[in-house]
Amino acid sequence: MHELSIVLSIIEGVTEEAKLREVTSVSAVHLRVGALSGVVKQALLFAYDLACEGTLLEGSQLIVEESPVVVHCSACDADHALKPAQPFCCPVCGAYTTDVLQGREIQVVAMEIM
Amino acid sequence: MTPSGQTRLVDVRINVFKKNDLLARELRTRFQHSGIHVISLVSSPGSGKTALLEKILTKLRQEFKVAALVGDLATENDAMRLARSQAAVKQIITGTICHLDAEMVRNAIEDWDIDELDFLFIENVGNLVCPSSYDLGEELRLVLLSVTEGEDKPLKYPTIFNTADVAVVTKIDLAEAVEFDWALAERNIQTVRPGMRVIKVSAKSGQGLQECMELFSALRPNANTTANR
Repeated sequence: MHELSIVLSIIEGVTEEAKLREVTSVSAVHLRVGALSGVVKQALLFAYDLACEGTLLEGSQLIVEESPVVVHCSACDADHALKPAQPFCCPVCGAYTTDVLQGREIQVVAMEIM
Repeated sequence: MTPSGQTRLVDVRINVFKKNDLLARELRTRFQHSGIHVISLVSSPGSGKTALLEKILTKLRQEFKVAALVGDLATENDAMRLARSQAAVKQIITGTICHLDAEMVRNAIEDWDIDELDFLFIENVGNLVCPSSYDLGEELRLVLLSVTEGEDKPLKYPTIFNTADVAVVTKIDLAEAVEFDWALAERNIQTVRPGMRVIKVSAKSGQGLQECMELFSALRPNANTTANR
C-alpha cells in the first residue's frame, strides 16, 4: 500500500503546474495508470480526497484511466497491447518479448482548472 | 463536480515517479563513478532475503569491501543478523512505508565513503507489490522466491518479476518436502519475464551460493559501463 505516497506526489506535481499557470483551484486531475505500475485504482481514490484537503486540489476529482501493457514484438516488428495478466508474448505471433513500451507509467495527463 | 463552462482542460505530463526516478538516476551515476556494484533484493516477507544475504556478505567480505542496507517497517533485527557477517550494515526503518525509495537510500549512505566500497547490497522491505515501482539506483535487482511460497508467485505478482533482473529460488533444501514443481516454477517465471536467469540456492546447506558469487564477480570487469535500467 504505497498509494498515499503516490497521491502526495500527484498533489505536489499538480500544485507545481497550477502555480506556474497562476491557477488557484483545480477541479479534476486525469491520471493514467499502467497495468504494470503496481498501483491499485481503488486505493488511489481512497487516499486522494483526504490527501487533497487544504491544498489547491481540495474537492477535486481524480479520474483514473487504466492503460494496458504495450509490447514491441521483434518477430512481427509491431507494437501490441496485452490483455491484463497475459504472458509477455506477442498476441499475434506468440513470440516472447520483454520490450515493454507502455504499462509501467503513472502519469498525470491533464488537469481541469477554473 | 465543477460548474461546466468555467473549467478548462489542460494537457500536462507529470510523471508521478519523476522525483524518485531522477534521484535514482543520480545515485546510479554516482555508484558507477565510484566503481561500486549495488545489488538489491526484493521478495515477500520470510522468503529468506536476510539468510541469503548473511551468507553472501560473509563470503564476499573475504575478498571485497562490502556493505548492506536493510529496510523494515520496524526493528533492527535484520541489521543485527547481517552484522554477524562483519560487513558494514545499516538498518532503514521505514515506519509505515512499505518499500524503500531512492531518497531513503541516499540518506542512509550519506556518512559512508562509497568510493571505498566494492559492493553494496540493499535488502528491500518484504513486499512483492510496492518495491517494484521504486528505482533505487541499483545495478542489479534480485527477486527471491522460496519454494515454500508456491510456484505461481510470478503469475500473481508479475510486476516485481518483470522489473527484476535475476530470479533466485531459495530454501531449495525444502523443495522435496513441499513437492516443489521446478518445471512449473521455471515456466511461470519465463512467462512474466522471458529470458530471466534463475539461480537456485539454499542458504542453509550452501547449495547454489557459488553461482550467486559468480553472478556478482562477473559484474566486476564492467565497473563503469553497466547500462541504465
